[in-house]
Formats: sequence, C-alpha cells, structure tokens
Amino acid sequence: MSDASAWLVVWPVLIPVMAAALAAAFWGNARAQGAIGLAGVLGQLVSAIVLFAHVWQNGALAMSMGGWPAPFGIALAADTLGAGLTVVACVAALAILAFGLADTNADHHRAGFYPLVLALMTGVAGAFLTSDVFNLYVWFEVTLISSFGLIVLGGRREQIDGAVKYAILNLIATTFLLIAIGLLYGLTGTLNMADLSLKVADLPQDAVLETIALLFLVSLGMKAALFPLYFWLPAAYHTPLPTVSAIFAALLTKVGVYALIRVFLTVFPESGELAREAMIWAAVATMVLGALGALAEADIRRFVSFTVVSGVGVMIAGLAIGSETALIGAIFYIVHSIIISAALFMAAGLVVRAGRTAQVEDLAGLYKGSPLLAIGFLLVGLSLAGVPPFAGFWPKVYLVQAGLAEQSYMLVAGILLSGFLTLLAVGRTFAIAFWRAAPGDAAPARLTEALQGEGRLLYASLGALAILTFAIGLYSAPVVEASTRAAGELLAPGPYIEAVLGEGALPADTAIRVETGEGGE
Amino acid sequence: MEGAFAILVGALFAISIYLLLSGSLIRLVLGIFVLGNATHLLIFVAGRLTREEPPLIPAGMKFAEAGFANPLPQALILTAIVISFSLFAFLLVLAYRAYQALGTVNTDEMREAEPVRAAPKLRGRDV
Amino acid sequence: MNSLVLRTATPFLVALTVLFSIYVLLRGHNEPGGGFIGGLIGASAFATYTIAEGIRAARRALILHPIAIAGIGLFLAGASGVASLVFGDAFLTGQWWFPAFAPDFKYLSTVVLFDIGVYMVVVGTIVAIAIALEEDR
Repeated sequence: MSDASAWLVVWPVLIPVMAAALAAAFWGNARAQGAIGLAGVLGQLVSAIVLFAHVWQNGALAMSMGGWPAPFGIALAADTLGAGLTVVACVAALAILAFGLADTNADHHRAGFYPLVLALMTGVAGAFLTSDVFNLYVWFEVTLISSFGLIVLGGRREQIDGAVKYAILNLIATTFLLIAIGLLYGLTGTLNMADLSLKVADLPQDAVLETIALLFLVSLGMKAALFPLYFWLPAAYHTPLPTVSAIFAALLTKVGVYALIRVFLTVFPESGELAREAMIWAAVATMVLGALGALAEADIRRFVSFTVVSGVGVMIAGLAIGSETALIGAIFYIVHSIIISAALFMAAGLVVRAGRTAQVEDLAGLYKGSPLLAIGFLLVGLSLAGVPPFAGFWPKVYLVQAGLAEQSYMLVAGILLSGFLTLLAVGRTFAIAFWRAAPGDAAPARLTEALQGEGRLLYASLGALAILTFAIGLYSAPVVEASTRAAGELLAPGPYIEAVLGEGALPADTAIRVETGEGGE
Repeated sequence: MEGAFAILVGALFAISIYLLLSGSLIRLVLGIFVLGNATHLLIFVAGRLTREEPPLIPAGMKFAEAGFANPLPQALILTAIVISFSLFAFLLVLAYRAYQALGTVNTDEMREAEPVRAAPKLRGRDV
Repeated sequence: MNSLVLRTATPFLVALTVLFSIYVLLRGHNEPGGGFIGGLIGASAFATYTIAEGIRAARRALILHPIAIAGIGLFLAGASGVASLVFGDAFLTGQWWFPAFAPDFKYLSTVVLFDIGVYMVVVGTIVAIAIALEEDR
C-alpha cells in the first residue's frame, strides 16, 4: 500500500498544489510565477503520463492518505479512465497556458493568474483521481474557487455580470451535490466509492435510493451543463479572457461528465432507473438545443459556448445508453471535446482580436486578412461537427452503433441531428466571418500584432491543438484502445474496488457478477 | 430528536428556496447562505445524533468506548463550513462589485453579458 | 477607525490574541485546538489591528503580502506530507522525532509542521479577505 509506486497517484495532484503554493508565495513577482506555472503544469503532465503508463501495465492503483486504510481514510485511486483523462487535461492545460503567456497582461498576473490556474489544475486532477465522494465535492470546490478568481480577471462590466450568474448557479449545484452526498452517507455510512459500490448493491432499491441518484444527476448535471440546467454556461463562458474561457470549456464541464460516469457506473451500477430515464431525455435535449443555440447565436464566443453544451449532450448520451460500445464512444468524445473546446475558444479569441468585434455579422474578410487563423478555425470546426477525417467522427460512430444495437433510436437521432446542425452552424460562421469579402473599401481585418514576438505563441498553441485533433482522427487506434479498456474497467469495477479496499474485499457473488461483465445496465 | 431536526432542516430549505427565487441579488446571496447551513445540518442529522458524548479518546486509553458521537459528519461539516464561508465572502464582494459596475441588484436588469439584440440584418445575398 | 479607546487598547489586545492563537495551535497536538482555529484567532488579531490602525499599517505589520503567507503555509503543509516518502509510508502519514536529550518533547513532527502550514494559510486568506473588504470602503 505504501511503497513508492503507490505515490504515483499522488504526484499529479501534489505537484500543481505545491506549484500553486510557491507561485502564491512569490506574490507580485509575475516572472517567477510564470516560470513556476509552466514548470508546475509540465511536471503534472509528466507525472500523469508516468501514472497512466503504470496503470496501463499493472492495473488500477490506489493509496490511502495518511496510511488510514480505506474506507475509513480518504483514498486516491487511478484507473485507466481517471489517469487517461488527467493526461489529456494536462496536455490541454499546457497548450492553454502557452496561449495565455501571450494573451494575459501584467494586470492579470498581478491578480494571480498563475496560482489560480495551478489551483484549478489541482482540483481537476483531484476530481479525476479521488475515490471518495466527499473528497470529490472538495475538489469540485477547489476548481470552483479558482475559477471564480479567473472569471473576473480583467473586471469588465460584462465579466462581472457573467461571473454573478456563474458563481450563483455553480454554488447551488455544489450544494446540491453536498446534499446528495450527505443523504448517501446517512443511508450507507460510507463515503468511499468502492465501498459504496458494494453497499448500495445490497440496499433495497427503493424511492430513497432513487431520490439520491436523481440528486446526483441534478447536481452533477448542473456542473456538466446538461439540459435544463445549462443556462449558466452560455451566460458566462464568453465573458472572461480567451485563455480563461478555453481552460473552463476544456476542463470544467468534463469534470462534471466524468463525475456522472463515475457515480452512475461505480456507485449506482444497477439503481437509479428514474435518473437513467431522465438522462436519456436530458442528453437528447442538450445535444439538439445546444446545436440550435449555436446556429442562432450572433456572437462568435457565445456560439462556441453553445457547441460546448451540445458536446456535453453527446457524452451523456453514451452514459445513458450504457453499453460497452457506447461508453467507448463517450470516453473518446470526452478526450476529443477537451482538445476541441480549448481550440475553439482560442480561435474565437483570436477572431475577436483580429476583427475587434465578436458579432459574426460585423466580421468579414477574415480569410483574406488572416488565412492561418481561418484554416485553424475550419479544422477545429469540422472536427467539432464530426466530419470524417477528424477526431470528432470516430466517437460518434461508436455512439450511433451502440444506440442502434440497444435500440435507443431517440439518442441516435439526436446525435445525428445535432451533428448536422453543428456543421451548419460552423459553415455559416465560417462563410460570414471568414469567407465573405469585406464590404466596400474597408481593409480586411488583419491579425498583424499577433504574428510578432510573443504573439506567435497564440498561433502555435491553437495550431498544436488543431494538429492534435487531426492526428487523432487519422490514427485513432491508441485512443480507441485506451477508451475500450477504460469502458471495460467501468463495467467490471472489481479490480478498482480491490485496489482501493485491498485484496479480498469483494464478496463471492460480486466476483461472479464482475466476471460475467454484468456490472452495467 | 432526529424528527425535530428533520423538520428544522426542511424549514431552512424552504426559506432558502424562497430567497433563491427572489429577483434581488442580495436575497439570492442570503438564500445560498441559508441553503448551505441547511445542508450542513442535514449531514449532521444524517450521521445520527448522539448528545453529550464528544468523540474524544480519554487519557491513557487507545480508543474511546462505545456510545460516542459520530465524528465523521462533524469533520465533513467543518470542511463544508470552511468552504461555504470563503465562497460566501467571495459572493458578497462580487455582489457589491456587481452593484458598483452595473448599478442594480435586480437580476432581471443584469443583462450585460447577454444583451437583448435585434434580429440580425443579414440576407442570403450578403454571404 | 478613529477611536482613542480602540487605538490605545489595540497593541495589548493584538499581542495577547496572537499569543493565544499560537497557544491554541500547539495545544491542538493532543487536545481540542489546532491550526485552523488558531489561524482564525490569529486572523482576528490582524483584523482588529487593521480596523484600528488602517490598511497600510496592517500591511507593514505583516511584512509579506497575506496571500504570500498563505502560499508559504500551503507549501509547508504539502511538504510535511511528502516527508513520509522518505520513510516508505503513505502520503501525509505523520512522522515523529524524539530527540535523545528530551524524549518527552512531542512537537518535533510533520503533524505540527502541517498544523503550522494550516495556521499560515488561514491567517493569510482571512487577512487577505478582510483587507480586500476594508479597501473597498
């Protein structure tokens, strides 16, 4: 339990928190904070890759804090899903931080940009790697507190307005999560997810459990931006700095989706019928309404916000179908969406920089002025819509296949319709803002200042993510393989439970259930 | 005892939801505060109530004897109180700044981030 | 605030409160108390000082920026958890060191270091909030 290899699960959480502490200790010294920030995220990425490699070879890994054995102590645990998502989150964070080096100014640094980003990364990694529901709540609050600091960086009027809506609705969501956790604790007397998995299965499947599952769906669905609880997202995500929008869109909703997957597959694998029924409808509505919102939106950054919402619906569709193929699609889509949401907000930020307005109809001739930006936007936009050679295509193939096999025609129709609408919205935005000639003799909007010096970082980080999504599309085998293993582990959580609780924690009949792979729906 | 506390928790939830549905930012913030307190009390009751038996191990003993209060909910509530306290402090400052920046605490009038716009004037031939 | 009574009493009050907060911090080792509650008491001392003497005097008295204090505290707390790596234990496992000349002295441990870290985090954060609220007026 306490050998050095178990420490691997601690480092992805510990490195950013120590870096955040150091960066805060150097308050007022932006140069030192920047160096610590980059080193911190880089160190986190390396530790996450090492952890993932270890989990890939040796299976799930867990460590109890302070040596108090689980379920009494708090355990961190990594399986393929948690470790893999930590790696992807760190990759996205590194690209976003590189973007931020050029996007933020001295005022933002003075207000604590780097310590806040590091604290956010701590919370994200903690949420991916914890095996304790109350600890999960704490990591949510860590990300929430640091995101509050980030969203008001700059302090423009519309930012304050967006921050009010973001703060109040997210606080209500985490409070509901706390209510659900408190009730679950009252029912089972434990908070450890592995232990809960065993204890909930033995409880009578009555209305109390149903209510708790619904509360989890409501609170985590609010964090993940699921219909009808997504309104805070398009109200807030377009207001902060492009860097901050990118990091929020890439990571925060995905943590919510991850938590939904973890709670519904590890804690409630066979209960919560009502919540699952509601999940199907919520997923369809989120996909379609998000895409419709994107199509209707006149502000390019709000357009991107709505596409993020639509993507959440696709991921939850995978969870709602619940078969192995569907989960492969959902997990692949999370990886895809982390990369694509960051890239889209970066591209939208660059468009606003180049055109000096966010209104699509006031933008024109961007292709002539900044062809590189136009190509970057088109690449990530097509990947978002799920056009074949890009990364967005493959998870939808898995999801549609799974939906047809499980006869969830509603979800299949939703996925296809939302993909079509998204393609339409991307095409419309591209045609109006980039392709259309600038009216009259007005000079084409040009991104000259961004192409010099530090500004190259803006393009380099957007380009890196665009190439990444293209590369995953062309050679998707590794991601599919990792998603397949992660989905398999979710449906047969035996090894995860044994890693957390120790050998022999599984009762005999559970072992049989796990072996036949009937842990899921 | 638990029954009385359950009613109290319910009353607190009712108050907080009434406040949350209000259109004034200040009442919203107060509603979140009451909601947090109701939740803390709920966790406390969910951990079962044991009176006058602090979970302390007496001097010279390895562990406490049976019948002490459940320490885990207290630890959870302490954590949650600390978090909600700092978030409440942030919300207060944010509400104040919002009043300074936007000149209103009426949530219906806070439309800076989502302005009501006329329909776009674009036609097909412009594209 | 311009109150003669408060300004006269503040030096004694602040000194006593800080002393008491350190007592509570160390008492927390085996009895009720600890870094969090001690930190709150210490922060209230600085809040009193801020009210009586103003923000500039309070900043001078703290020497470091309050958030820097919190950062150092967080770093100490994290580092105290890593110490157990050397001894082959899990993260955050307490490590004690009883020197030969004073075998009953129980304060040389990573647990105390963690508590001191928590104390600094709480003092730093609360004072930062108090100063931010005070500056606003």
